[in-house]
Amino acid sequence: MTDIASSPARLPGWLSALRNILAYLLRSPTSAFGLAVIAVLVLTAALAPWIATHDPFAQNLDNVLQPPGSGHLFGTDELGRDIFSRLVYGARITLRIIFLVSVVVGPIGLIVGATAGYVGGWMDAVLMRVTDIFLAFPSLILSLAFVAALGPSLGNAIIAIALTSWPPIARLARAETMTFRKADYIAAARLQGASPLRIILKSIIPMCLPSVVIRLTLNMATVILTAAGLGFLGLGAQPPEPEWGAMIATGRRYMIDSWWLVACPGVAILCVSLAFNLLGDGLRDALDPRQMNRR
Amino acid sequence: MTASLEIRDLSITFGEGPDAVKVLPSVSFSVAPGECFGLVGESGSGKSTVLRCVSLLTTIWSGEVKIDGRDLRELPLKQRCRLIQMVFQDPYGSLHPRQSVRTTLAEPLRIHGLDDHEGRMKRAMIEVGLPVGFLDRFPHQLSGGQRQRVAIARALILEPALLLLDEPTSALDVSVQAEILNLLARLREERGLTYVMVTHDLAVVDHMCDRFAVMLRGEITEILPREAIPGNQATHPYARELIGASLDYEGRA
Ligand SMILES: Nc1ncnc2c1ncn2[C@@H]1O[C@H](COP(=O)(O)OP(=O)(O)O)[C@@H](O)[C@H]1O
Ligand SMILES: [Mg+2]
Repeated sequence: MTDIASSPARLPGWLSALRNILAYLLRSPTSAFGLAVIAVLVLTAALAPWIATHDPFAQNLDNVLQPPGSGHLFGTDELGRDIFSRLVYGARITLRIIFLVSVVVGPIGLIVGATAGYVGGWMDAVLMRVTDIFLAFPSLILSLAFVAALGPSLGNAIIAIALTSWPPIARLARAETMTFRKADYIAAARLQGASPLRIILKSIIPMCLPSVVIRLTLNMATVILTAAGLGFLGLGAQPPEPEWGAMIATGRRYMIDSWWLVACPGVAILCVSLAFNLLGDGLRDALDPRQMNRR
Repeated sequence: MTASLEIRDLSITFGEGPDAVKVLPSVSFSVAPGECFGLVGESGSGKSTVLRCVSLLTTIWSGEVKIDGRDLRELPLKQRCRLIQMVFQDPYGSLHPRQSVRTTLAEPLRIHGLDDHEGRMKRAMIEVGLPVGFLDRFPHQLSGGQRQRVAIARALILEPALLLLDEPTSALDVSVQAEILNLLARLREERGLTYVMVTHDLAVVDHMCDRFAVMLRGEITEILPREAIPGNQATHPYARELIGASLDYEGRA
């Protein structure tokens, strides 16, 4: 969690820090719930072939719109596919979206924000005006525009979501950087001949990391909802992919008689985005600098 | 290794236009190789600013600073780092909170491409009187005095000739202050270092420095040898007052 360039001797250090954070999270019921839902999500995605009771793509037109029970845990959809199995495989898509978006957004936001905050001057002005431009549009509208331009697909949806969610991270990282850019430990690094890049990577980013991780976690709920929204509009994952938003979109036509087509993926989206919010809140408490001494 | 320092007409103004504040109007003094030169004066008189100019943490000053006769601004960065280092006032703010002592000490070695990291770090720890096992500690696992020792080790690991000390003991417990001062005195003796030491405590000057300058509102009122303290041989009224107050205090204590 602290410094990537750690020697093997320090491994137990951050491992025990991780254990302390986990222990802290499990102490509060809400963040424990968040953590549990996310653990279930990860396990479901990893073990999907063993958990799913049916092939998520297998159609059975003799067996459409079956209600829950009757051999299908959550019923079947308009093409007779097993909804439970589709949800299970959909977990993989959801995780892939979250993972890819975070992996792109975290580093970009950190680098842009830390550079703007540390270097200051015209660099700050340029980077922050670009950030402002991205922030000026509602993220769903901006993603819609990107996907419309790039063509609808899951990959493009991920790119579009990533493009719209780095600016708040950059803002946060810049604000954090401003609070300690004048600190003596930064001055000491300068006196040792560290280049600005080295100072940003080794001194500034580790300080911004906790709040960025918290923000990314809280952001995941939005990412999931945006992805589902794009899927719902037919601009994200394409059929027959069992993406939860796309499942709601197709199920909507049968909603009045067959509520389970919409309710099951809806509840899944709700639970997972709620879980990430609760976990983010818990992390905010766990990574509070005032708790640092206990670690 | 040792170096002389010569400062002539150092002046600096912060801000622009009507808000401009001339913090140092014109400061000149020189420090002989191996000397310990004190800077005393009340808070806000510009002592730290002098050190920040000499270390080029602040670059907007004008005037002339020479190290061993060479213009400070003309020294290449790496060479300058291996000539001048600084110890800051607050050891709670001068060590990176998320870096272990090992990382703190290894960074300068990596930047300058020096060999034998492990050996240099161990020797540095021993020299400042810390157990080698503390290399794997983080700042929050150290006391104030121990942190300041790490800060001194970090400053010395590049083997500089000139050490700038900005009130290195004022943030520490009284019991620890003497230990750190003794450590600094010993290191100077062993390595022939040149010190410029900011303090507001004349007892520290008496203990450590060969000569000292009394600063008032950014100007040096008088430069005195240490021997001038006991009999208060200062001529400038402010310097007399400062030394007098300190002698009174010690008389009572
Ligand atoms: N970066 C800066 N911008 C504006 N004013 C400054 C800056 N740095 C120092 N000063 C001013 O310079 C004066 C001297 O500060 P300093 O050198 O820290 O004093 P000392 O170390 O003697 O207590 C103070 O009045 C301070 O407000
Ligand atoms: Mg000061």
